[in-house]
Amino acid sequence: MLKNKNLILSGLEPLVVSKESNFINIGERTNVTGSKKFLRLIEQDKFSEALEVARDQVEGGAQILDVNMDEGMIDGVQAMTKFLNLIASEPDISRIPIMIDSSKWEIIEAGLKTVQGKCVVNSISLKEGEDEFISHAKLIKRYGAAVIVMAFDEIGQADNLDRRIEICKRSYDILVNKVKFNPADIIFDPNIFPVATGMNEHRKNALDFFNATKWIRSNLPYASVSGGVSNVSFSFRGNNTVREAMHSAFLYHAINNGMNMGIVNPNMLEIYDEIPKDLLEYVEDVLLDRRDDATERLLDFAESVVGDKKDNKSSKNEWRNLELQERISYSLINGKDEFIEEDVEQARKTVDKPIMVIEGHLMKGMNIVGDLFGEGKMFLPQVVKSARVMKKAVAYLLPFIEESKTDDSSNSAGKILMATVKGDVHDIGKNIVSVVLACNNFEIIDLGVMVPPEKIIKTAIDENVDIIGLSGLITPSLDEMVFLAKELNRLKLNIPLLIGGATTSKAHTAVKIFPELSSPVVHVNDASRAVGVASSLINKDLKEDYWNGIKKDYTDFRDKFLNKKSEKRYIDYESAKKNRFKINFNEVKPFKPKELGVQIIDEISLETLIPYIDWSPFFNSWGLHGKYPDIFEYELTGKQAEDLFNDGQKMLKKILKEKSLKAKAIYGLFPANSVGDDIEVYNKDKSKTLAKFLTLRQQLKKKEGNPNIALSDFIAPKSSNIQDYIGCFCVSTGFGSDELSKKYEDEIDDYNSIMVKALADRLAEAYAEYLHQLIRTEKWGYSQNEKLDNNELIKELYHGIRPAPGYPACPDHLEKTTIWELLNVEKTIGVKLTESLAMWPASSVSGYYFASKEAKYFGLGNICQDQLEDYASRRNISVEKAQKWLSPNLN
Amino acid sequence: MVNIYDILKERILVLDGAMGTMIQQYKFSESDYRGNRFKDHPSDVQGNNDLLSLTQPDAIKSIHEQYLEVGADIIETNTFSSTSIGMSDYGMESIVYDLNFESAKIAKEAALKYSKITPNKPRFVAGSIGPTNRTASMSPDVNDPGYRAVTFDNLVIAYSEQVNALIDGGVDILLIETIFDTLNAKAALFAVDSILEQRKISVPVMISGTITDASGRTLSGQTVEAFVASLSHIELLSIGFNCALGADLLLPYMKRLSDITDFYTSAHPNAGLPNAFGEYDQSPEEMKELILEYLELKCVNIIGGCCGTTPQHIKLIAQEVNNFKPRNLS
Repeated sequence: MLKNKNLILSGLEPLVVSKESNFINIGERTNVTGSKKFLRLIEQDKFSEALEVARDQVEGGAQILDVNMDEGMIDGVQAMTKFLNLIASEPDISRIPIMIDSSKWEIIEAGLKTVQGKCVVNSISLKEGEDEFISHAKLIKRYGAAVIVMAFDEIGQADNLDRRIEICKRSYDILVNKVKFNPADIIFDPNIFPVATGMNEHRKNALDFFNATKWIRSNLPYASVSGGVSNVSFSFRGNNTVREAMHSAFLYHAINNGMNMGIVNPNMLEIYDEIPKDLLEYVEDVLLDRRDDATERLLDFAESVVGDKKDNKSSKNEWRNLELQERISYSLINGKDEFIEEDVEQARKTVDKPIMVIEGHLMKGMNIVGDLFGEGKMFLPQVVKSARVMKKAVAYLLPFIEESKTDDSSNSAGKILMATVKGDVHDIGKNIVSVVLACNNFEIIDLGVMVPPEKIIKTAIDENVDIIGLSGLITPSLDEMVFLAKELNRLKLNIPLLIGGATTSKAHTAVKIFPELSSPVVHVNDASRAVGVASSLINKDLKEDYWNGIKKDYTDFRDKFLNKKSEKRYIDYESAKKNRFKINFNEVKPFKPKELGVQIIDEISLETLIPYIDWSPFFNSWGLHGKYPDIFEYELTGKQAEDLFNDGQKMLKKILKEKSLKAKAIYGLFPANSVGDDIEVYNKDKSKTLAKFLTLRQQLKKKEGNPNIALSDFIAPKSSNIQDYIGCFCVSTGFGSDELSKKYEDEIDDYNSIMVKALADRLAEAYAEYLHQLIRTEKWGYSQNEKLDNNELIKELYHGIRPAPGYPACPDHLEKTTIWELLNVEKTIGVKLTESLAMWPASSVSGYYFASKEAKYFGLGNICQDQLEDYASRRNISVEKAQKWLSPNLN
Repeated sequence: MVNIYDILKERILVLDGAMGTMIQQYKFSESDYRGNRFKDHPSDVQGNNDLLSLTQPDAIKSIHEQYLEVGADIIETNTFSSTSIGMSDYGMESIVYDLNFESAKIAKEAALKYSKITPNKPRFVAGSIGPTNRTASMSPDVNDPGYRAVTFDNLVIAYSEQVNALIDGGVDILLIETIFDTLNAKAALFAVDSILEQRKISVPVMISGTITDASGRTLSGQTVEAFVASLSHIELLSIGFNCALGADLLLPYMKRLSDITDFYTSAHPNAGLPNAFGEYDQSPEEMKELILEYLELKCVNIIGGCCGTTPQHIKLIAQEVNNFKPRNLS
């Protein structure tokens, strides 16, 4: 009979879990938190491929399909609904029951509303108290699902046998007596935690699970036991031989104790009987906590399995013959503390200040550790051992550092508050970062785990910390971090944030946290980077430029991310046009240029342009990042920047003296009006239309009140009967640069060859800046009183813009052909357009002039098919051709 | 009120037969359907059989009485399509409450009348809750399998409105029937369970699915066992099958269902399969013969008829049930 106290689930077909059933295998690949591939498919909206992942699971023998969409960057409710709807139309997948896996109730509920069969909810717990537990359980019953109950309560996750029993018993009693839940529909997950982590309190993790399972199966009638098996071997990430053996040995014992279902990756499972005897013994020693040195022994064995053969007896101490730095690195990587003091002492004698040993020798070693860990080539316990060696080395150095402290104003590199956010209990990563930072002279205030935001903020204020480090491993922690960022911003606390932990990502930090606050926030994905990032954020000289660099990176990243998001974020072209940027041309009448028509500036002395040079991009082109002239002050790269600048100046002088580069310019100012998204350009008396500029309009869905801009919005429409004007120009300082550059190249002087081009580029930009100023103040003359120094020019503190075809506001290179025809550029000043519409000489700049006070730079972003087609017909070219030219901006 | 659970321990109960088949015999015109109340309704309403509870209540009551007269223990309200979703085809979403309330009242009056005539055989009214014409777990668009014409939430809202009105109108039982998409039925159960909790009452619930064809599955693809597993999460009076098949073809699935559920079981098959004209021509005698097998196999607790069955069919069945012991719950 169905109701005979078996757990019965269903897809299109039933799954009866009875005493006689074999272990029920839950497919785990359709889980964005567990499978990078699946995450990528969902993120990229490739649902049909994602369905194949599900199908593979079913064909591979999964009896229940776990579906998890808990990722900060995904709309979980939507993704869950869509994926489950699609599964419903694939009978060969939907024949098995679904496990709706989420830590967010709304996602669980979305799943429950989508599946006709009897599913399993994964999971609920007493974490948020009895009321929420009961209300969720009641709803789950009403939706008709079974439930996984985590051994978790208001105090925290059960981490020993007694707590597991206590929480499971309490959960069971509430479900059966108060909610009237069918006891057969209750599945306990008594927490599978990693073993062999190197931490003493983790030694009984597996054993406690086995015993808790046994207790549940004999004391809580009809309830099942499940768990995520791969957790147990987390310490051995990267070492599949050991992991597979651990999984199967763990399963073997767990099943014997009554675990009847679980999330197991069948590809990561060795056959129990085929585990080599010695490995099995080591593994079981760890799982069953049979020996004090079980972890050490398994670790040693694991290393041999990985294939690090160097460490055999004969060559055991050969590494002592290596160079000092290599010896220190070796000790750190291998977690050996035997010789570390000896080596550190030797290193101390070679440096001016003892602190330099930490910053130099030791950090070099720790960076390697960080890299290896990041690549999965080192395991967690090994990293903890490395940190231990590091600590020992630092402890040895401390007295020396104290002694030399007189010449250091402060011995603390900065005060950092570390916390795992509310609701999250994971702290291994955070602890490692703390250790590494502390080793580097940072003062650490560690608030531990599950720290409420109020406490973080209060401590940050009270202790006047320099940086707050937030850690989290589970998905909801991401929201907590965003919340904290908002709070910091609301309270106007300008404290930089470090974000770290397995669930965090650059994407989430850049897209969700970064926009929420004005103070710096940096995602730090491994402990070894933490020191560099923290130092850069605290160091007076570095912090502004460092943050500006990150800011730019995150802004770009975010824009790219948002742009590639699915089409729902775009609006149709018609609506975009309606939502144009509106300028009241009646209020501020367009200014009539003093001279209309085309002008050529054939000769100009390069000296005139030098004050207009923006030097920062010059350094950038050489891979030195920072702002001129602050860049000379940088500790690390200041000297290099100075040398480079001096060499550049020398070359510049030479160019000026030998007049090896020539500058030319042409520009035109015309009456114009916008017609739709086109700009019509007329001759002086408006008797003739000379040209038509085609502009493109943003189609990204904007926030209420923000317009969808096109450049044509900055020009008065023809229908308004208000006469407006537009300009366009081309400047070049590249004549002669190819030859000069080639000359150096022939002399095998690449440095100066590149230098010539870098300078020519700067001069071209300077000319464009100079000409723009000339236009504003004299030729057009709408801004005659403008007085700006170069810095203010660079910051664009003037009215009007000079956007260039091929750049964000106007990515359409074809516009250059219109400018070329209108100004007759090639004939007059000799700048040519290549087949792909690049300008030759390369050191040239072309663009339009818009004079309106309200004109501003913007990024077009992506446009949609409807605008593309409209554009193609306006341009009178085929859609295919238009597509080719605009492809980077097509949605 | 006598407890229906107790009666089911003692004997097999008889459910009524088709409503639509009986209404057809009246050959109502468009204006009969409209009556006075809807004479100006903007769209055609002929064929909206549920509307007749408001415009031709005497006819509906008379059909109920004909079934009660021949021995039906349970009659179904004329509300198979009375949800806002079903009524949207006629632009009549606003009268859903009235339809259910009035239909329940008419049926209840008829049932009470016969309960008085045969006090040893109390009569019950089951509020008929149809599947709606939309599916929550299937896409109507083959090119867009992820699309859904109706959501779980919409269904819960629509069913809640219907269920509240049926209860207000006095039904004794709620019958979620002709389930071809289990997710729709789960939404109905969700609504029922919520309402019963809110109103702090208990009303027995019958579930009846539809096995579409010889594949032995529901339209949404579930096997008998999966169907039962998906809908057993709240305490049911009965679970069973109706419609689509005649008694002979339905029997194997009823046997399977009877084997795996601890709830009472029900069956109300069609009068055979429709002929070329869409008419059911299985005679009352033929159907009775087939039903006898159900009784002999002890696989049903509630038996009745669906499409094509008439009071004459039910009469013959009702005469037989007393000769058999009911199916036992283990």
